[in-house]
Amino acid sequence: MSASALAGLTPVALAVRGVHRSFGHVRALRGVDFELGVGDALAVFGPNGAGKTTLLRVLAGLLRPTRGEVLLEGAPLVRADAAHRRRVGLIAHYSMLYDGLTAAENLAFYARLYGLRDRAVAVQRALEGVGLADRANDQVGTFSRGMVQRMAIARALIHEPRVVLLDEPFSGLDQRAAAALRDLLTRLRAERRTMVLVTHNIDEGLELATHAAIQVAGRFAAFGPVDGDLAAYRARYAEATAVRA
Amino acid sequence: MLETLRLALAIAAKDVRLEFRSRTAFVSALVFTALVLAIFNFARDPTAVSASDLAPGILWITFTFAAMLGLNRAFGLERENRALDGLLLSPASRTALYLGKVLANLVFVGSVEAIALPLFALFFNVPILPVLLPLVLVIALATVGFVAVGTLMSSMAVNTRLAELMLPVLLLPFLVPPVTSAVQITARLFAGRPFSEALGWLRLLVGYDVIFVVACILFFESTIEE
Amino acid sequence: MTPTEQAERTLRRTVPLIVVAVVLVAAVYVRALVFTPYEMVQGPAQKIFYIHVPSAWVAFLAFGIVGVTSVVYLFLKDPRLDLFAASTAEVGMVFTTAVLVTGPIWGKPIWGTWWTWDARLTLTLFLWFVILGYLILRTAVHEPGQRARYSAVLGILGALLVPFIHISVYLFRTMHPMPVVLRPGRPTLPGEMLATLLFGFAVFTFLFAALLRYRYALARLADARAHAEAERADA
Repeated sequence: MSASALAGLTPVALAVRGVHRSFGHVRALRGVDFELGVGDALAVFGPNGAGKTTLLRVLAGLLRPTRGEVLLEGAPLVRADAAHRRRVGLIAHYSMLYDGLTAAENLAFYARLYGLRDRAVAVQRALEGVGLADRANDQVGTFSRGMVQRMAIARALIHEPRVVLLDEPFSGLDQRAAAALRDLLTRLRAERRTMVLVTHNIDEGLELATHAAIQVAGRFAAFGPVDGDLAAYRARYAEATAVRA
Repeated sequence: MLETLRLALAIAAKDVRLEFRSRTAFVSALVFTALVLAIFNFARDPTAVSASDLAPGILWITFTFAAMLGLNRAFGLERENRALDGLLLSPASRTALYLGKVLANLVFVGSVEAIALPLFALFFNVPILPVLLPLVLVIALATVGFVAVGTLMSSMAVNTRLAELMLPVLLLPFLVPPVTSAVQITARLFAGRPFSEALGWLRLLVGYDVIFVVACILFFESTIEE
Repeated sequence: MTPTEQAERTLRRTVPLIVVAVVLVAAVYVRALVFTPYEMVQGPAQKIFYIHVPSAWVAFLAFGIVGVTSVVYLFLKDPRLDLFAASTAEVGMVFTTAVLVTGPIWGKPIWGTWWTWDARLTLTLFLWFVILGYLILRTAVHEPGQRARYSAVLGILGALLVPFIHISVYLFRTMHPMPVVLRPGRPTLPGEMLATLLFGFAVFTFLFAALLRYRYALARLADARAHAEAERADA
């Protein structure tokens, strides 16, 4: 639990209690517990197959936990609840966009799905926010990887979610795009949005996060605030993942 | 309720726009339809069997096969870039998603039918104009039935390896009531028989539509949520 | 006792039941051939009726069980319900095939053709296709939870379809009378034949139950082994 949340200074934005998720006999999540205060950013590291993506999908409401519960700002994340879906945004390494539609059309569609009021304004704002306003009327199928990633971010944030989930957003990005993404994440931190970031890049993750966790075989082997001692953290990470190998 | 319908319309509009831009599936379905109709002409002996005996069956087989070409499209296009996740993440209800896909499929299949029907009348020299209104009604009722079930089946088939094969295997038994009814009613219309003779079939068709549209709406969520 | 051992024990214990059931089926046949009078018009060919009709009863029973179990699965999400439904579908498939095979065998000497679109046979044919689709779908989906959900939906829709196909065929037949001279007798059966038929129903239901129990135990065994395997891989 974050120190500030413990002290009751910040409300709990995200509480995960005893979450299990199985696919048939494969136990992808075996009891994940943690809490994040508003504005906290959690970086989750771990080897492939640890269930990090599964965890994010449960937090996003795409998967129902086999056991346990997820609470967003105190209220349980019930799959059918539209209000909760408005509070969460997911950025993954696939864009969830339609190649045959233009940037503006894609965003307008998502604005419609989220029931936003002034759709045209929201679309314009989202495009400007990722620097793609000049490509509004071009089909997304013609965009480069970096541009697609920026569009995906615009899509994920168009409804101004309180909780932003990121699944290896840096993968496949060149230097420039990665730098732009880093700036964006810093901005999200400044806007006090709660974030959960799954990444393989320990340096990036620790730089942006307030908390860090190491997920191994479906549960957190370590969880705690980031205290700046990168070397010690890297050692702990190597130790935790070496056990599995 | 109203919001669900509006969202369904938005989803359908998006699908129609995408299809309109690429047009591949639509054109393929049209070409397929024209070819099938032409081939049927050679598949019969014109001196032995009159066109009007076979015509209703030919019409409906053509409609059904053309529809099956298009049905997998609806969920197929959500697979690129995993757009389906985006839809499921949003507050849009699963019913809105299902209805939107059904609507988009209806537009697709309806458009093919609208072009196939005059072509059929031309090739087989069947007088459809005198019975055009009841004929269109029957076509609409039967199409709603098999598109509703077909859309649900495709939401499952699309996730299997041989989706194009899986859809007909799952769907064809479910097409027996609506297609049989449609053929029987169509035959009576072409033969100029009074409509009252076809009432039993019409009741069956409407009953099928009501039961299966409701059932598909109820069960769609189970096919899409994990 | 571990689930694996439990399943193995059920398998062993069910085998004698199946043997008894098969012996009883033979008994039905003996009774049908030797102790039941010939049907006046159809002659010896009619004897297959005592296999055909009970098979049909079991086929429809199986279908109904799949439908109901599927509904319950969607509410409770217990994977055992899915295994039970799948086992029922497989065993039901066997009996449905038996109906489709014995039907023509009965029909050929009486009607002169192997297949007529007789109302009940046609309905059974489409039932066969629906179960086939169900089984094929199961092989095409790998994730167990997804497979269970898809199967349940298909099972329920299939059960809903049955009355519609029945009505379709019935309407079709009243429009196009079949060139059938003879029809198998229904309610008014003389005592001897009725007794054999009822005996047939009981025996076939027993055989179905025994085979289902065996198949379900097999499914539970496979499941238990997969579970043990997964746990070993974790450790």
